[in-house]
Formats: sequence, structure tokens, C-alpha cells
Amino acid sequence: MEEVVIDAKDMHYKELNEKIHEVLRKNPDVKKIILKNVLGQRFIGTGLQKKDLTIEIYGIPGGDLGMFMNGPTIIVHGNAEFAPGNTMDDGTIVIYGSSGDVTAHSMRGGKVFVRGDVGYRSGIHMKAYKDKIPVLVIGGRAKDFLGEYMAGGIIIVLNIDEKGNDLGKVKGRMIGTGIHGGAIYIRGDVDRDQLGVAADIKEFTKEDLEKIKPYIEEFCKWFNLSEDVKNRLLNSKWTKIAPISKRPFGKLYTPDLM
Amino acid sequence: MCGIIGFMSRKKRMIKGDKVAIALDSLKERGNGKGSGYVGYGIYPKKYKDCYAFHVLIDNSPKFEKIKAEVEKVLEQYGTIIKDEEIPTEDGIIEKVHIPWRYFYEVDEKYADKEEDVVVDIVMEINDRVDGAFVISSGKDLGVFKAVGWPNEVAEFFRIDKYEGYMWLGHARYPTNTKAWWGGAHPFNLLNWSVVHNGEITSYGTNRRFVEMFGYKCRLLTDTEVVAYILDLLMRKHRVPVEYALSALAPRFWGEIDKMPEEEKELHTAIRLTYGGAMLNGPFAIAVGTPHGLIFMNGDIEEDTTMFGLTDRIKLRPLIAAEKDDMVFVSSEESAIRKICPDLDRVWMPDAGMPVIARPWK
Repeated sequence: MEEVVIDAKDMHYKELNEKIHEVLRKNPDVKKIILKNVLGQRFIGTGLQKKDLTIEIYGIPGGDLGMFMNGPTIIVHGNAEFAPGNTMDDGTIVIYGSSGDVTAHSMRGGKVFVRGDVGYRSGIHMKAYKDKIPVLVIGGRAKDFLGEYMAGGIIIVLNIDEKGNDLGKVKGRMIGTGIHGGAIYIRGDVDRDQLGVAADIKEFTKEDLEKIKPYIEEFCKWFNLSEDVKNRLLNSKWTKIAPISKRPFGKLYTPDLM
Repeated sequence: MCGIIGFMSRKKRMIKGDKVAIALDSLKERGNGKGSGYVGYGIYPKKYKDCYAFHVLIDNSPKFEKIKAEVEKVLEQYGTIIKDEEIPTEDGIIEKVHIPWRYFYEVDEKYADKEEDVVVDIVMEINDRVDGAFVISSGKDLGVFKAVGWPNEVAEFFRIDKYEGYMWLGHARYPTNTKAWWGGAHPFNLLNWSVVHNGEITSYGTNRRFVEMFGYKCRLLTDTEVVAYILDLLMRKHRVPVEYALSALAPRFWGEIDKMPEEEKELHTAIRLTYGGAMLNGPFAIAVGTPHGLIFMNGDIEEDTTMFGLTDRIKLRPLIAAEKDDMVFVSSEESAIRKICPDLDRVWMPDAGMPVIARPWK
């Protein structure tokens, strides 16, 4: 049996997550778990390690979706609540709707694709180590404090609506507050006064485009966007936001010693 | 933590209380069973619609009759008790440490020009001076039901499903800084203002001193109480239009004010300077039920009850809003809204520090 369906209607998150583990225990070959009538159940997919597993969710999963996950793919047909991808290690989360605050919180690897908007403080404290580079791609817009205290990884904001049209200039404030690693790529212009402390606007180079291209292509594939839209995205003006320095607060407490 | 849910029918359609209880129950993970509460607007539509409905918690002790007599003494000073009774409750669900009592009440005609001030005085006097009694709501055609327990327990205890209202707010509490007791559960109400709150008011000391200068007394041992009094002071007493009053609670940043056109700059500067004591610091998401007579920034006067939601300026607590036909919802989580209304016309995350205001249709 390669595909298993679980009806999550009125089920507590503990029971639902235990059921998922039970399925995996009993059927090591299972490739797909479909969760129906999901409504607010938290921690779905937490800590799962199976790389060739896909979990499809119909409904609104609760907070901390795919937390600590290492490998699987989660597809959400709906919106997600706070912190999908929290401290995720590897794998992919694809959200067809929008997601809440602190999306991709502390991510350390893997990819999160959100077709709609994300809430406040998305990408907060993302980090990277050697070849582990977490990626968050946002189709619509991000609210304030995007990439707060970001230490590594890539955040890409496409700034398009559900039809693929431009949304106009991004609104967010305090972008990259406290950022000391990684980079935020926003399609379109960003004013300097939209940046938080420690963030800077850097030149968007060819290497930057090469770096983000595969993720934009993957985004277009997941959400079935046309070649036209894809080309427009790739050929747009991009703003790169990165740290002023590696240690923006190095002199905060000991200005005399450094 | 803490979970909030609020909804209103802009057609003023009556909705049974079990809806708010079901939605709140789905947010129980945000609380810890140490306080849940509800307020329904429009629940006393018949005989007592125009009476002030006082919901009072009286200690369930041998002194009960004595305390009750004290409460009545205060009430009778200023008007007439039209009817009073114990609020019906279900046995065996939670420990009944207080006996909830309601009074339908008319203020004496000689106070006709300051009726609402008199009601505020009565609430403050009972909460301050009558040992063992606390007024938990004092509006017209509405009532607060709250206790220590899980959302479903408190709903069953008060038989919430037996009431119908056109607007409901619910709150699942996770007390962090102050003790869990019935009066400390949300909503906090004064007249027709009712507040449910997720977060903490770290400026409580400042805010409390500010409202106490105007005669309000904070006696319920929870920071949220002060928000209800600030709203009453700013919007009812000082007649500050709602959008500006809320901008006093969550003021624009000075950096934003600097960039405003001259007139607006002057206004927002004045708000910050005049109402510095009303500024709420700390993380919060609140949902508020309001009385009639609300003045809007555009000069309109709202003759009807309204509901609004507001978060702190840097969005340290969640708030989601949604619409379906005549219904407007606010909640900590979208799933709580979809629990009672699966298909929504619109779902959105309000901007930090900017209110969402639901007004009844004319």
C-alpha cells in the first residue's frame, strides 16, 4: 500500500500525529499520506525523516507544520497557521494559500514555498551551515520584520497576486532587522527606510540571479505558472538585502575593546 | 498564548451561543483551563432590553447573603432593581467558588443626564468596597459569563447555548502574570465595552495610574481590565473618534508621524502627547465589543454596537479577520473561524496596530 488516507475531522493533533507515525511504522513503503478535513491540528509532520514521503493536506493545518522535519514533502491545499517549517532540517513545504506569522522560523535546511502572502517575522532566525541552505519563496507579500535576525539562507519575495500580476511596491517595514547572514531578494524596489537595523541594500549581480533562478523555477512548477510569468519574474528588477557586516552588533556592549 | 474569537452579524441576526463555544473550544491549546469566558450582545431582548444588566460574582461562602445585601445597598442608592436572580448554571462541571447573580436595573431619573457615569460609579464602588463581590458586566442587553475552567466547561456551566446574540466574544485564558480566578478571566466589561485580550500589557502600571486619575479603580487583578476603562474614558467620556482613540492605544511611530502631511502630523502628535498614559506597551491582540454612540473619524456617529480587533504595532500576537455574507470574524487562528464557518468569502491578516472595525449594516 503506497498511499494512505486519514480523515482528520475533529481529531486532536496528538491523535493525528500518532496515526501518521503508526502508518509509517506499519507500511515502510508508503509514499503518500493524504490528510483530509484538517483544521488547526498542530505539529503535523514533526520530526519525520522519510525522504520519499509526501503528505498532502486538505484544510488548514495548525501551527508548527513540519517542525524539525528532515526530508519529506508536505503540500497544503489551503492556508497555514503560524510557523510552518519551524527549525526544519530538510524537505519541502508547499502551501497553496497564505501562511501566518513566523513562517520558516529558524529554518536550517530545506525549502518552503508559499503561493500567497506570509505574516510578520517570516524567515526569522533562518541559518545556514556549509551545504545546508534553507530557502523561503513567497509568492505574494511579506509583512514587517521579514528575515529578522537572519543568520543564513535565502528569502525570495516574488510580489505577484494569484493571477501572476505585479502587486506594486512592497510595503513591509523593518526588513532584515538584525540580519547577520544570508540574503533577502525582493522583486521590485525597496526604500532604505523600509530596512531594519543591520540590513543593507547590496548590488544584485548575475551570480545572485543564478542563485535564485532554480528556486523561482521550482516555485513556478509547483504552482503551475506560465512561461511568461516565469520569464517576467526572472527578468525583473530585484533588490538584494544583506547584512551590513557579519557582526553588526559586535560593538554593542564593548565598543572600546574592538 | 491565550485564544480569542469574536464575531458579529452585521444584519443583527441572532446566533446561538454554542457557536462561540465551539470556536473557542478549538482554541483550547492556547489556554490552560485556568479561565474562559464569553460575552453575548443582544441576549436580553425582551422585557429587560433597556435595563442595565449587572452580572455580579458573589463569593459562595456562608457570608453570601450578607455580601449580596451589600451589593443591593449600593445599587439601591442610585436606582431601582427591576428583577434579580441567580444566573442559571449547571451543577457538577466546575467548582462553584462564586455564585453568579444578575440584576436588571434602572438608574433613578434624577441622574438622567449622567446615567452612564452613575453606572461606572456603581461598578467601581462594588468592586472597591464590597468584599466578596465583583461586577463582571454592566451593559444593556448583554452579559459576560466567565469562570475558571476550559472553554467547553465554562460554556456548559453557564448554559451558553441557551442564549442568542448578534455578537459574541470568547476567550481561553493562559494566565501568566497574575492569578487564575473567575474575575480575572476575560472578557472584561464596563457598560457596553467588552474586551478580550491575548498578550500582556507591560505598561499596566502607567495605564492604571492614568485611568485612576479619572476615578476608575482596577480591582480585578488582570492587566486587561485597564483596557476596558481606557476605552470608556477616551471614547465615551472624552468623545475621541474611534480610529484616533485606537491610535492612542497603539500610536503611530514617531518616524511615521514625521512623514505624514502637516494636519495629520499635528493630530497624531497631539494624540501621543495628550494620551501618553493610554498607550499600551507590550504584545497584544484584542477584540472589543463596543456600545452605541461610537464616533468615527469621518464624523459619522455609529448608533449601533460595533466590534473591532487590534494588535500591537509590531505584531507580537496573532489576529486573523474573515467575512462571510453578513458575518465578520476575528480570531487568534483561522481554524477557529472555519470551525463554525467553513466557507469564508474573505480571510485576511490585519496590519499591525491598525484596527479592523465591523459595523452593522444600516
